[in-house]
Amino acid sequence: MKNERKRTFLLITIPILALFVCFNTIPLIRGVIYSFTNFKGFGSYSWVGFRNYIDLFSDARVGKSYLFTFKLAIVTTVVVNVISLILALALNSKIRAKSFFRGTYFLPNILGALVVGYIFNYFFTYILPALASILGSESLSTSILSNPDSAWFGIMVVCSWQAIAMNTIIYISGLQTVPEDVYEAGGLDGATGFKQFRYLTFPLIIPFFSINMVLCVKNFLMVFDQIMALTKGGPAQSTESISYLIYNNGMSGGQFGFQSANAVVFFIVIVAVSVAQMKFSGKKEEQL
Amino acid sequence: MIERKTNWPAMILLILGLSTIIFPLYLTVIIAFKQPSEMTNSISGILSLPKVWNFDNFREAMRVTDFWHSLRNSLLITLVAVGLSLAVHSLMGYALGRNKAKSKFYSFVYLFIVSGMFVPFAILMMPLAKQTAELGLANWVGVILLYVVFYMPMNVLLYSGYLVNIPMALEEAAKVDGASTWTTYWKIIFPIMRPMHATVAVLTALAVWNDVMTPLVILAGSDQNTLPLAQLNFQSQFGTNYNLAFASYLLSLIPILIFYIVCQKQILNGVVNGAVK
Repeated sequence: MKNERKRTFLLITIPILALFVCFNTIPLIRGVIYSFTNFKGFGSYSWVGFRNYIDLFSDARVGKSYLFTFKLAIVTTVVVNVISLILALALNSKIRAKSFFRGTYFLPNILGALVVGYIFNYFFTYILPALASILGSESLSTSILSNPDSAWFGIMVVCSWQAIAMNTIIYISGLQTVPEDVYEAGGLDGATGFKQFRYLTFPLIIPFFSINMVLCVKNFLMVFDQIMALTKGGPAQSTESISYLIYNNGMSGGQFGFQSANAVVFFIVIVAVSVAQMKFSGKKEEQL
Repeated sequence: MIERKTNWPAMILLILGLSTIIFPLYLTVIIAFKQPSEMTNSISGILSLPKVWNFDNFREAMRVTDFWHSLRNSLLITLVAVGLSLAVHSLMGYALGRNKAKSKFYSFVYLFIVSGMFVPFAILMMPLAKQTAELGLANWVGVILLYVVFYMPMNVLLYSGYLVNIPMALEEAAKVDGASTWTTYWKIIFPIMRPMHATVAVLTALAVWNDVMTPLVILAGSDQNTLPLAQLNFQSQFGTNYNLAFASYLLSLIPILIFYIVCQKQILNGVVNGAVK
């Protein structure tokens, strides 16, 4: 009887684990192996040792893509969390048509990022300049996506538009865990308005804040669809995210080996950021 | 509990904020219905309602992007991937969840699979493109297999976490009745995990339906398209006919919008459960 149970568990685990190893672990190892070669994606190749890694750190284009991706991830995370918190507080307060508002505010999240990107592309290219010219604004009279200094802002807006929906809903579920009597007790001690938020509400929803931070940073560091739809890395390579650069130059640019090295470094960065965030947020949680 | 009055500042803020969500959708709908001749360069030309609501753009967009084919591929990939995820991931979650506390092997496998969450697609993409081509899997079968692997870490984590709430006594009772572990699983445990199935199904379906990268990398060169991939691949064919392009965008958004309107509650619950667990 006992053996039957053991055998069944093994028969479940082994094939599924094999599938996972086959399409996750093996490609990961192959990626690491390719990163030590000068493979172009086809034909023969030879070992180059740490050459790709050394080149990586002196490659201006790679450095630029890391700077861009981190700038985008940090700014978007801050913008998204501030707006979602305000929206969540409003959606959780006593309002009418609550479920209509919640349903509609979540809508952007279910739409495909690529198509959303295309729609906003049109908005930035035609609508915004037209609006700006009515208002007489000189700086906005051309598309912000065609200017290397402002293109990232357009991407930030599109990423935020979708991510705010997700984060708001998580903050709402956090706010619902705060019992009403905490506010009543706080009210007696004079905690109202912003004070109430700062000293009562926020400390109690820190776990949800951590979830949102982790989700945001990880998703934005891996940004791809929005870049594909809005700028394709341009203008002047100013909006190449790391994922986009790896895809673009690795798959069709003949840099299979070199971009594999980039991907390995990117992998290490993602792991480091995630672990750091978990360590940091583990410390700050407060229990009621 | 004190009955509070409607919070009007919050209402006003929410109504104003709503415009940022409605406006892009409004834009999509009206442009999709207009003719290029109606799109004068002035802002009012773009934003006014179309003179006649006709479906020519949609008919043309369906033809150009081979809409029904892409829709069929997207539906097929999503449905099969979700079905397989429910079966495979719940089984794996069960086997690992029940054993990881007392067995080194199972706790290692659990950690091994769950840590797969940190592996970005970017590092797998190039080797996988090669590997699927070598194995003859550069088609929708390969894409489905990859989804089953990619969402395994998250879903196994969710299932084995949920399993903690299901008492062992249930299984032991079935065992006394002479049921094998396998039958016990499908007859008792699988149905009990229904709330988690809903969460996993929603999360997997949304992620698979909207995914661009996997089909882009795996299906490149084949003439198969998913709905998002079709938008990408036919972008150049739309040229400057934005009305046609927007009709195509709207078409690709309609299935998920219908899904959302029908199962809004399940989707919201699923997304929150998945994130908070």
